[in-house]
Amino acid sequence: MLGIFFIHKYMKKINLFIAITTLTIAVNVTAQEKIVLKGKELFGDIKARHIGPALMSGRITDLTMHPTNNKVIYTATAGGGVWKSNNGGASFTPIFDEHIQSIGCIAIDPSKPDQNIWVGTGETWTRNSVSMGDGIYKSTDGGQNWKNMGLPKSDRISSIIVDPSNSDIVWVGVLGALWGNSDERGVYKTTDGGTTWQKVFFVDNKTGCSDLIMDANNPNIMYASFWEFRRTPWSFSSGGTQSALFKSTDGGKTWNKIHNGFPAGKLGRIAIAIAPSNSNILYSVLETEKSNLNGLYRSEDAGASWKHLNSDFGLVVRPFYFSRIVIDPKNPDIVAKGGLTGSISRDGGKTFKSLGNMHSDIHDIAFDNIDSNRIFCGTDGGVYRSWDGGNSMEMVANIPVSQFYHVSIDDKEPYNVYGGLQDNGSWYGPTKSSGGVEARDWIRIGQGDGFRVIKHATKNIIYSEMQGAENVWRYNTDTKELVTIEPLAVKGDPKLRFNWNAPMEISKKQPDRFYMGSQFVHKSEDMGKSWTKISPDLTTNDKVKMNQENSGGLSKDNSGAENHCTIFTIAESPVNENVIWAGTDDGNVQITQDGGKTWTNVVTNITGLPKNTWCYHIEASVFGAGIAYAVFEGHANNDYTPYTYKTTDYGKTWKSIITADVDGFVRNIQEDFVNENLLFLGTEKGLYITIDGGANWSHFTNNMPSVAVHFMEMNKKTNDLVMATHGRGVIILDDISPLRQINQEVLNKDLHFFDLKPNVIEEQSDFGTTATEMEFVGGNPDTRAQIIYYLKKRHTLGKMDMEIQDENGNKIVSLSPGKQKGINLVTWSYNMKNPKIAAGKTISYAGFTAPRVQEGNYKVVLTKGKETYTHTITVKNDPKSALSAADRKKQMETTRTLFNMNEKLAYSVYEIDETVKLLTQLIEKSKAFTKEGTKIKTAFETLKAKMVVTTGDGYVGTAEPELREKLGDLYADIAANFKAPSNSQLENMELVNQLFDSADAEFKALKTKYQATYLKQATTNSIPFVLKTFDEFVKE
Amino acid sequence: MKTLKLSVIAFLFSIIGTSSFAQNADEIISKYITTIGGAEKLKALKGVKMEMSVNAGGMEIPVELVQLPGGKMYVKINLQGKELTQMASDGNTMWTTNFMTMKAEKADAETTANAKLSNQDFPDALLDYKAKGYSAEYVGKETKEGTECFKVKFTKKPVTVDGVKTDDVTYYFFDTENNLPIATEAEIKEGPMKGQKSVSTMSDYQEVDGIFFPFSMNQGGQDLKVKKISFNPVVDEKAFAFPTE
Repeated sequence: MLGIFFIHKYMKKINLFIAITTLTIAVNVTAQEKIVLKGKELFGDIKARHIGPALMSGRITDLTMHPTNNKVIYTATAGGGVWKSNNGGASFTPIFDEHIQSIGCIAIDPSKPDQNIWVGTGETWTRNSVSMGDGIYKSTDGGQNWKNMGLPKSDRISSIIVDPSNSDIVWVGVLGALWGNSDERGVYKTTDGGTTWQKVFFVDNKTGCSDLIMDANNPNIMYASFWEFRRTPWSFSSGGTQSALFKSTDGGKTWNKIHNGFPAGKLGRIAIAIAPSNSNILYSVLETEKSNLNGLYRSEDAGASWKHLNSDFGLVVRPFYFSRIVIDPKNPDIVAKGGLTGSISRDGGKTFKSLGNMHSDIHDIAFDNIDSNRIFCGTDGGVYRSWDGGNSMEMVANIPVSQFYHVSIDDKEPYNVYGGLQDNGSWYGPTKSSGGVEARDWIRIGQGDGFRVIKHATKNIIYSEMQGAENVWRYNTDTKELVTIEPLAVKGDPKLRFNWNAPMEISKKQPDRFYMGSQFVHKSEDMGKSWTKISPDLTTNDKVKMNQENSGGLSKDNSGAENHCTIFTIAESPVNENVIWAGTDDGNVQITQDGGKTWTNVVTNITGLPKNTWCYHIEASVFGAGIAYAVFEGHANNDYTPYTYKTTDYGKTWKSIITADVDGFVRNIQEDFVNENLLFLGTEKGLYITIDGGANWSHFTNNMPSVAVHFMEMNKKTNDLVMATHGRGVIILDDISPLRQINQEVLNKDLHFFDLKPNVIEEQSDFGTTATEMEFVGGNPDTRAQIIYYLKKRHTLGKMDMEIQDENGNKIVSLSPGKQKGINLVTWSYNMKNPKIAAGKTISYAGFTAPRVQEGNYKVVLTKGKETYTHTITVKNDPKSALSAADRKKQMETTRTLFNMNEKLAYSVYEIDETVKLLTQLIEKSKAFTKEGTKIKTAFETLKAKMVVTTGDGYVGTAEPELREKLGDLYADIAANFKAPSNSQLENMELVNQLFDSADAEFKALKTKYQATYLKQATTNSIPFVLKTFDEFVKE
Repeated sequence: MKTLKLSVIAFLFSIIGTSSFAQNADEIISKYITTIGGAEKLKALKGVKMEMSVNAGGMEIPVELVQLPGGKMYVKINLQGKELTQMASDGNTMWTTNFMTMKAEKADAETTANAKLSNQDFPDALLDYKAKGYSAEYVGKETKEGTECFKVKFTKKPVTVDGVKTDDVTYYFFDTENNLPIATEAEIKEGPMKGQKSVSTMSDYQEVDGIFFPFSMNQGGQDLKVKKISFNPVVDEKAFAFPTE
């Protein structure tokens, strides 16, 4: 005992000493250095809100089944990370949010399938919009926690194999860089669980490993396919002399080509699979020089010879996108192939039929190891499951990995978001809805691949587009009129070159004005009915980059996705409509200051930016016509450097605002419209925020995955930041206004309350969601009152409490304060204390209904140790409310009257219960009193039975309602409504009053009649009888 | 002046240095046990009773928690003057109260069996954890609650979920300043939330007769505030046992 006491005293002394020395240093620091908080130290309770949608989901890249437990399935996505199902694919949960979200493959360690999971990042379905990876990751707890295990320049990993008998031995197939040469390609091996890696097989710096598989019956036998491939911003090439299929029989030491039966010449992407039930049977899918030799090959001698079986469309379509062949775990003749629709063969690959109806573009197919009639498919539109061998398919409805290219918003309340998605059209939906934002809320507003969608500033008109501006639509949501309005070439025009993701813009000044960009800026003043070119060709017009017809390599692929030398971003200054910016995909930044008469290319004024780097976004500032931000990204030139510049002089000079804090190339910037130093940066790895104009950036990770942020908007009414993510749908940061107030003075305070807009008691009600259990439902914004404060240090030792008081300092309720370092957010539902309810047999719902406070000012009192901090918040009535002040008063008064009656009744019942307890004791103690005691007790119990239910249960065995129930129901109805009590309620109240008065009178009469008797008995028998006072009773 | 400042920094570094380099789960845990009062004091405990309140947006519901060695425990809440046993166990049978009928019902067999695996945890699973068959691994530093923490992976005996043996892992986050747990994380193993993370935070550590307890906790979004802690409570054994009518 003494020892412990001594230790504590000793510790205290040390702590005190540390405190003093820390203080000394802190003083010195304040004078010299500013406080810089990054990410999780600062943002605290400010959390992102996901609204999906999940109804069209997004591109799935890989599916991996647990070897023995078919409840567990992992899903890799193109831009939304890794998702795990623990319920047989009914629903999935994201498990990889802290890391890069573009995933190549997932592997489960066969000997520790519940623990060791490997993820290779970087999608291998190399379409134009594909993202990149940053290495290989491992989890040892079934996906809850992850660690990067290296291969940082692998860019995209196609395969991972864990040795079935040794968890430390792992082989990795690295496809490698898509946009440039790289030596980090080929087959890698670790023998120490990923601590170190050896490259065991390499072809060249252009050719990567596109598939690596192992013979499950003999781990020394492996097959690896290699693919020569390359993208540039304006072309794609699949195939070459280096593409080949290899086999190793010595555990990866030596590799030999196995092409016996393959055509000679160049090969493209090669898929390879081995039958789990027969190691001699292999299937391979080839892309060759001759279209009649493309397609499926089969070997029955473990690769020694091959036979061409099939070159149907489903087997040869777009090899770069669909080279996946999968074999039934039990039957080597059942094979399924990814493709536009997906195909399945039941005769060993001779003939195929399409898989059941589902979203097009099937990238992976997984057979259940236990019941191979259960099939999962990964498509461009989510995960599908089948129970009947692929005939009928059902979509998983809770994977919101939708890939937005863009987002815009309107000024409605609640506001809507508009945007287009990869292979999933264009949509708009609300940011708030009954019970949450769900599938029913979204409305389609375009077909094909969707990109930019913009709502007219004042009319119920929406503009949307499909790839390459092949169609630009104007839709009237009132009349349902749909017209196409894309700018068309006129006499003397060259071919108009529109980007795959063509820019459209509206004016802040002229609501009917509408801009589009090809190589020219097109302007319409009548919502797209007529167009004027207001610029010359603003691009480099480099003919070498315009040969898309021959793009694709061995398989021609001219989808329009490689159109180049186009305008990509247009921005009209919100300050001066004659100032217009245009940024091009080949690296020009053009500005006009006279509404388009003259243009100047100002990109050469930027130092440090490589030539021809894609200008992805220009943000024309609200703080001055000459102020703008320009964002560039060179990933298609194999350059992942972040580039963002600011000009304040119409582009004459530029300053980089990027620091080493920023990871991932930048696609978008959004300025705050109040605080010029508050900026939001959308990068390929998530959201970054600066509060000091770019001197320091913080990665924002609170419920915000490291997902590619392609575009952002800010709502001026709500101060919400709205993000179009390319893999996790629309994500919102509600009300960023506290971030505007952060400065050195605030950061140096122990505690600082932020000033927020008045809290509005919303009066609208609804009956909630219509979603089924397994559907994704996005969150609604919080409508409760908010109290937001900054804590310099996490509160861990000693007391910290918070309460709401009225302006006179009377306590209303206690709240639980947040204790973390950084920003804390506490909410309050405008409620006062709940009524004390009479104790009965069942629970009364009235007890959970608290009266609401009236509009006005309220004090937040936070006590932390010996310190007290106070702050005033304002509560306002809903401006949309039709309720009059008099009705409000009537509602409040009636609520209060009924509240008091509930508490009075509760006290009477308490008195009765105590009296009955006393009587029971007296009856036991004194035989002489038994008869009279029993009579009195019965009288009290009979009365109680009229006051409150004393029998029945809380469901259908419920007793007939008594006074408590009648009073409680009326109270709860009136308290919860936003209206004056109705005549019917007031009439009902008269009845309840009558019952209440009569019960009260009866109680008083009983006391008058018997109290003296039982109190005397109590004294005689020395049994104390002390009741709490009414005040004590209701306060406890 | 300059020299003085430098020496102060050096001194501070040496003190903080010793704590922040304790990169060993055993050291972190044993330091934690010492910090909260020491093994001897903890082992002398014969039971703990906590009077708490749950704060649901301003509505406070009284909760009483009693824990005794051998897995004996109950959680009682007081609603509208009615005392309801929300959960209880005598170390063999775990039970709850049905809110419709207000009658006691047994927890399912797996839940009971899994809970029994922790019967020896009192007063703290981390105390003598190796002897209990548990293991701990220091994983690295991580920022939780805005503050730097030591992250410790704590593995108990495997539980059984739907007939399948499953690892029982909880991650503890000890703040590097006080070496006290300020957060824990564990995977939810069953039900509709299966696969998601359950997060708890702890704060307001205060001393009760020489032992430190967190007086404020948030468990999966629910705020619990401790009002009073008493040791070695006298409790009728009936309170733990499944009631027989």
